Parts: sequence; C-alpha cells; structure tokens
Amino acid sequence: MVHWSAEEKQLIAGVWAKVNVEECGAEALARLLIVYPWTQRFFDNFGNLSSPTAIIGNPKVRAHGKKVLTSFGEAIKNLDNIKGTYSKLSELHCEKLHVDPENFRLLGDILVIVLASHFGREFTPACQFAWQKLVGVVAHALARKYH
Amino acid sequence: MLTAEDKKLIQQIWGKLGGAEEDVGADTLWRMFHAYPPTKTYFPHFDLSQGSDQIRGHGKKVVAALGKAIKNIDNLSQALSELSNLHAYNLRVDPPRFFSQLLSQCLQVVLAVRLGKEYTPEVHSAVDKFMSAVAAVLAEKYR
Repeated sequence: MVHWSAEEKQLIAGVWAKVNVEECGAEALARLLIVYPWTQRFFDNFGNLSSPTAIIGNPKVRAHGKKVLTSFGEAIKNLDNIKGTYSKLSELHCEKLHVDPENFRLLGDILVIVLASHFGREFTPACQFAWQKLVGVVAHALARKYH
Repeated sequence: MLTAEDKKLIQQIWGKLGGAEEDVGADTLWRMFHAYPPTKTYFPHFDLSQGSDQIRGHGKKVVAALGKAIKNIDNLSQALSELSNLHAYNLRVDPPRFFSQLLSQCLQVVLAVRLGKEYTPEVHSAVDKFMSAVAAVLAEKYR
C-alpha cells in the first residue's frame, strides 16, 4: 500500500479543489496527442487529429479528456486504495484497448505540466513532488493487471 | 527531428526568460532532486539543501549549456561535443532516463510555471523534442 503523508494529501487535495476537470482533462489529452503524436494510434475513430488546432478543438478529444481526468478524481478520493480503484480499468486497457502502459506515464507527466502552467508559482516543488508521486502510482495501478 | 517552426519557438521562449536563467537552472535542479530523489545519487559531493550555492552554481552551468545549444541549434553535435565527452567518459549519467525524462520534465514544469498560457502545446512539443535531441547528443559517445 502506498503511504501518503498528511502534507502530500493536502497538496494534492488543495490543487484538485481548484482544477476544472473538463478543461484540464481536455488540455492534457490534447497535449498527449500533440507532443507524442504516435499516441494518436489509439484514437482512430476520433476524427480530425491533423493539427494542434484540430486536436484542441476536437469534441471527442475534449470528452475523453474529461472522462480520463474524472477517473483521476476517483483515485484522489481513494488514495489509500488506488490499486483497487483502477483494477477494472487496468484489465480494460490491457485486454480491450491494448495500450502500452508507458503511455500512462507520458500522460501523467503532461498532466503535471498542465497543472504547472495553470497554477504558476503555487505549483511549488513540494506540490510537484506529491503530484509526480500520484501520477506514478496511478500509472502503476493501471499497468498492474496486464498479462 | 526539429522543424524550422520548433527552432523558432524554442528561441522565442528562451528569449522570454530574460536574465532569469540562473533562477530557472536552480529551480529545475531543486525540483528534480525533490521529485526524483534517485537523481541525488549522482551528486554525493554536493550540498543538496534548498538554495545551496552548489545547486545554484550547477543550475547556472546547465542552463548556460542549454542556451549555447539553442544558439547553435543547427549543429547540436558540435556545440555539445565537449559535454558529450564529459558525460560519456566521466559522469556516465543514464541519458534517456536522466535527461530526456527527469531533467526535461522538471525544466518544462519550471517553464510552464513561469510562462503559464504561453507554454502552449506547440511550445511544449518543441521543448520536449529539443531536450530529446540534447539527450541524444550527450549520449552519442556512451558506447
């Protein structure tokens, strides 16, 4: 089980309370598809992904980004059982979606950068540490049921 | 790898740091040591407390090297040749992990903190690619 200090929990909750899940989720997913274009391989049916502008404005990208970050919210509500929270999603990403878990790490790092750009100096080194830890734990949990 | 547009964006964004390079360097290193404690294993001889002179000094060196690379972005191999030797034969820091991932991530967080919305997806992409290119050059002589 992952240990979270009181400070880490507070840093995570403090940032999360101010996050616009729809905007942040959309931005994070769009950046994944822009910065690491090979990740578009998982989204063939999303329509126009031909340019950064197209990706950012794509409604399916926005909707899926929101879905992904909403699920992150579940992890934050259940910091003491992230493994359990992501068990079914892990199976799904392995068996149905066939996503290389390395992509979870990429998205996690991008989310941290998005938060940094939104929160500025408020996103202190201690804050970054807590969030890098969180995205790492989430990525690990999502990879756990792979076989 | 780096398109003309990427190079333009990188030079622009670096220009916006206007004199804050030393702070950017120190902030980047401190965040890296804080977020990824294993990176400290490469600096057992340093005082790694917050604000230490050694972190500031080393941060300044790193950012100066990146600045030089950006000025010579069309010939990274030559611009970073000495550093490439140093990292291959003396320092032997794991290049893909250290530079591409950890240092790059922390530098980008620092840039995002400072630039906010100006750290657009296009700029993000260009910087990420640039750091990958730097990592590749620094690793050229590893084996």
